[in-house]
Amino acid sequence: MASQGEFYQRDRRRHPPALAPDYKTSTSRSPRYSLISLQNSASELTGPVFGHNDIDPIDSDLLHNYAKAGESAIGQRMLLHGRVLDENARPIPNTLVEIWQANAGGRYRHKKDTYLAPIDPNFGGCGRTLTDDEGRYVFHTIKPGPYPWRNWVNDWRPAHIHVSVFGAGFAQRLITQCYFEGDPLIPICPIVQTIPDPQAIEQLTAAMDLNASAPLDMLAYKFDIVLRGRRSTVFANRLEGN
Amino acid sequence: MIPQKLDYLKESASQTAGPYVHIGLAPGAAGFEIYKKELGWDIAGPNAKGERIRVEGLVIDAFGSPVKDVLLEAWQANADGVYAHPEHAGEVEEGFRGWGRVITNFETGEWGFDTVKPGRVMGRNGKAMAPHINLWIVARGINVGLNTRVYFSDEEAANAEDPVINLIEWERRRATLIAKRGERDGKPVYRFDVRLQGEDETVFFDI
Ligand SMILES: [Fe+2]
Repeated sequence: MASQGEFYQRDRRRHPPALAPDYKTSTSRSPRYSLISLQNSASELTGPVFGHNDIDPIDSDLLHNYAKAGESAIGQRMLLHGRVLDENARPIPNTLVEIWQANAGGRYRHKKDTYLAPIDPNFGGCGRTLTDDEGRYVFHTIKPGPYPWRNWVNDWRPAHIHVSVFGAGFAQRLITQCYFEGDPLIPICPIVQTIPDPQAIEQLTAAMDLNASAPLDMLAYKFDIVLRGRRSTVFANRLEGN
Repeated sequence: MIPQKLDYLKESASQTAGPYVHIGLAPGAAGFEIYKKELGWDIAGPNAKGERIRVEGLVIDAFGSPVKDVLLEAWQANADGVYAHPEHAGEVEEGFRGWGRVITNFETGEWGFDTVKPGRVMGRNGKAMAPHINLWIVARGINVGLNTRVYFSDEEAANAEDPVINLIEWERRRATLIAKRGERDGKPVYRFDVRLQGEDETVFFDI
């Protein structure tokens, strides 16, 4: 494997600040001191490696991975696909992508979710897969419903899927959310709007992708995920230093 | 004057893991079985050399209350100071992953994991780092995952020359990274409480 250099600095102006008072819970859970900036060592440049022994092919099919035999989840059938790239536009192969989401009624299968929309007996709400050699991933699922949440009295989350990605080094670790084009709740959601940069919000908004749809079956949405890029190194030095 | 465009992409922005992070990353804890194998339950595996230890603590908010919907991930080297990663020189034991994931208890907020104590890893410029475990912390109300490091109270000499600890200008803040060694049933247990905000706020890193 070619040795690669350090990660580009994380652009903190593009990420939400720790304290975003309109998202009330952040008030008491946000550090007040500045982060201490570290240049990368092996501790940040390396990260866990996953393989096909860790997961099953069915894990990426949320229509069926919790459904009784012959049944499937209720809702708008959706093919969610995209690529995991780095900031140099290079694909990140063989990286673990995990997702979780509410059902079509906006209800999570979670013992702490008490929203009155019903649980779908055939829908678990989580999936995982590894990207292929070109960084591509595919999930089959249903489009999640929006749901109300306790923040201001009448706040609603736009339809969204939570996405967790690893990358090649622990410094690339990222959790984000995938939104869907045309959702009128996006511009008024206090969690979306923790992100100060409108372009960064657009980047989290999946586009409807008719070409990738499975005709008479699933409408597709495309959601690319970008992780931090790396410098290329001239010397093939191992991370251990010398 | 408009210069040439740099054609870099930009990193996707982080969003909070939210209150239901368990569904995706620890579904058993959310209350249902779905995967044959949940990931991250065994950091060191059965063959790892070194001292078997437990690391545990709370994540505490601005009001001094334990946060009960946190997910933490650990990333560490083995006892020889080798990360289980193709770019890191050296071998790890069969079954050693060096990575784990735990959640805080819904009632008490306690978290903990069993592992082996990592060895020293070479840092930048040929300066060895003291043994440490890298932690990544996400939860509802945390907009970007927080990175910190667990160092060990019985590694005083190594800690004193650790290049990362020494980056922290305020000596008092360095103490927030040192897990305190204790013992339970004859087994070493390190206590590491994370304070998100307030007096003795934990040092978090921009890595
Ligand atoms: Fe959500």
